Amino acid sequence: MPEPLTAPLVVEFPFTRSLGPVQSAFLTGLRERTVLGVRTTDGQVLVPPVEYDPRTAEEIRDLVEVAATGTVTTWAWNPAPRRGQPLRTPFAWALVRLDGADTALLHALDAPDSDTVRTGMRVRIRWAPERTGAITDIACFEPHDDGTTGPGAATAHTSPPGAFADPVTTITTPARLDYTYTPGRAQSRYLTALTGRRTVGERCPACRKVYVPPRGACPTCGVATDEEVEVGPRGTVTTYCVVNIKAKGQDIEVPYVYAHIALDGADLALHGRIAGIPYDRVRMGLRVEPVWTEGARYPDHYRPADEPDADYDTYKELL
Amino acid sequence: MTHARRDVAIVAFAQTDHRHRTDGLSEVETLMPVLHDALGQAGLAARDIDFTCSGSSDYLAGRAFSFTMALDGVGAWPPIAESHVETDGAWALYEAWVKILTGAADTALVYAFGTSSAGDIRDVLTRQLDPYYLAPLWPDPVALAALQARALIDAGDTDERALAGIAARSRAAAAPGAAVPQRHCGTGPRAGQPRGNDGRAAWIAETVAARSADAKGTVRGSRAADDYVVAPLRARDCPPIGDGAAAVVLAAGDTARRIHDRPAWIRGIDHRIEAHALGVRDLTESPSTRLAATRAGAFDAPVDTAELHAPFTSQEVVLRKALRLGDDVTVNPSGGALAANPVMATGLIRLGEAAARIHRGASDRALAHATAGPCLQQNLVAVLEGETR
Repeated sequence: MPEPLTAPLVVEFPFTRSLGPVQSAFLTGLRERTVLGVRTTDGQVLVPPVEYDPRTAEEIRDLVEVAATGTVTTWAWNPAPRRGQPLRTPFAWALVRLDGADTALLHALDAPDSDTVRTGMRVRIRWAPERTGAITDIACFEPHDDGTTGPGAATAHTSPPGAFADPVTTITTPARLDYTYTPGRAQSRYLTALTGRRTVGERCPACRKVYVPPRGACPTCGVATDEEVEVGPRGTVTTYCVVNIKAKGQDIEVPYVYAHIALDGADLALHGRIAGIPYDRVRMGLRVEPVWTEGARYPDHYRPADEPDADYDTYKELL
Repeated sequence: MTHARRDVAIVAFAQTDHRHRTDGLSEVETLMPVLHDALGQAGLAARDIDFTCSGSSDYLAGRAFSFTMALDGVGAWPPIAESHVETDGAWALYEAWVKILTGAADTALVYAFGTSSAGDIRDVLTRQLDPYYLAPLWPDPVALAALQARALIDAGDTDERALAGIAARSRAAAAPGAAVPQRHCGTGPRAGQPRGNDGRAAWIAETVAARSADAKGTVRGSRAADDYVVAPLRARDCPPIGDGAAAVVLAAGDTARRIHDRPAWIRGIDHRIEAHALGVRDLTESPSTRLAATRAGAFDAPVDTAELHAPFTSQEVVLRKALRLGDDVTVNPSGGALAANPVMATGLIRLGEAAARIHRGASDRALAHATAGPCLQQNLVAVLEGETR
């Protein structure tokens, strides 16, 4: 058996999210170097603020300004910062209860080493020089020796809190995840055979159907397919459509024909483009053969083979 | 509904040997032997199953709709009654149990699979966090668990030495030759099934090292088990990263009795969730576990065994407290999530391991627990019993 194939796969998505009134005020506040919490109906101040009371599910909108100083409630030393995390040098993750708040906010704490960090230590926000209205407007926390051990008092600056010009209403959070894609045994065999311009399927030991491309299991019988069967190279068009709209990034001239092609010996049709014939002359039953281009890993398209059309009965089960 | 009003039992359980990587196999190729094993133990064919339910997450391997591909392994034709949950398979079992309780099914096949090796699980799991305040900071699951561990140490609930003891006990339970059988008694070697116990016996250490590779994929060197990953959690306090799958067959009443001499009867299941903001929660407590256990009837009579889904040593401390487990209860005789952690299957495996212990007469009343989310955010508790002999 050939070596299983692997390939890098990057999944990247810039999520754009709209903000509710409370999140909008909080993140706009960070841009303005102001931290806002929200007061619950039983008088607790939640920072970071949420729009519904976690205890009662009531809608809460009563914004309160809290201080940029606070107390560490728990922490963890991160000796090896990872991509995307707030600091590039070793730092502490910390939950910090800001003065005036009853709940804690998670962020990084910049400290020289783990011996300088303890639960109960006083810290203050270090603001990012460029702020856009995001949690990363807080660059991190830093130690703040103000001689107190408990929470200090909150101070109110804005009135009413949360009234800012040009509020942030959406955030865009880019996310990137890196994978190593592994197609598995059956598809590895299929892809390896294609490099030799051969198409192989796999036969189900129970129902005897040959699947192309193979995925390792017969979806009808739920058993492994493991008998390799070479199919094609010629096949029959079982059904097709005429594509009239150009896809983004594709340089194929429209209209063109995209077809289901049952390769000889296969019990499942695969997809392919038909060329070498006017689009309006393609028909069900048309016999086709693959056209390879230099260095390609799969056929570029299929063209008419020089033989009569297949009889409907020979492919009607494959539609 | 939390207490059963119809007798439903786990009658079969199978799992893969868990491996760090399964490069040569697609997910359906990993899953299929396990499905055949579980159905074979129950003496059922896929067409005899009234309801099929699975748990997995496409984010783990970065494959869109991988759960539909996995259905190829079931043989879903003619069309079957099927459902899927995008979380641990323990929640798929819950759905299947409810389906049987309604009378809409007498038998169910539940399975779960995860290919954590395909991506970087520490990055992937940050994407389940609050996207406004947490996800942009990329706090990984070890970091969040370490915040919880520190809170427990500060509260005097544990210390690093006690955590080391939990790690050692779990790995010893799972090691080859340990007194407690690791695999279901009905599970024998099969052709084409991945064998070996590399996932169970190995530390996270080497995987942590491999995963802390730089952007070009260069590995920085190996990490010893007692090195800190995120202090106070050391490599040995963290679960191994690996790939695997598990399957369970459920059956009602007389069908269950026909299939197994000693079915593992589900006396109750409940699951509960806590606020998503970590700063709102007391991380040293798990009120959701306590409530789920109460509603599932866990405190109605003593249990002799508990299979806890605690990916980090410190989380076992929280769960023991929430579930009021004394020293007379055998905790994680399978080795638990610290021995093998195929994410999305680990919780279902806890239910399967507890049931298997009842099947072979090693337990009469067992508690099984599953968790999802950071720092034990969501918790499911099931109570299983064997009939008095």
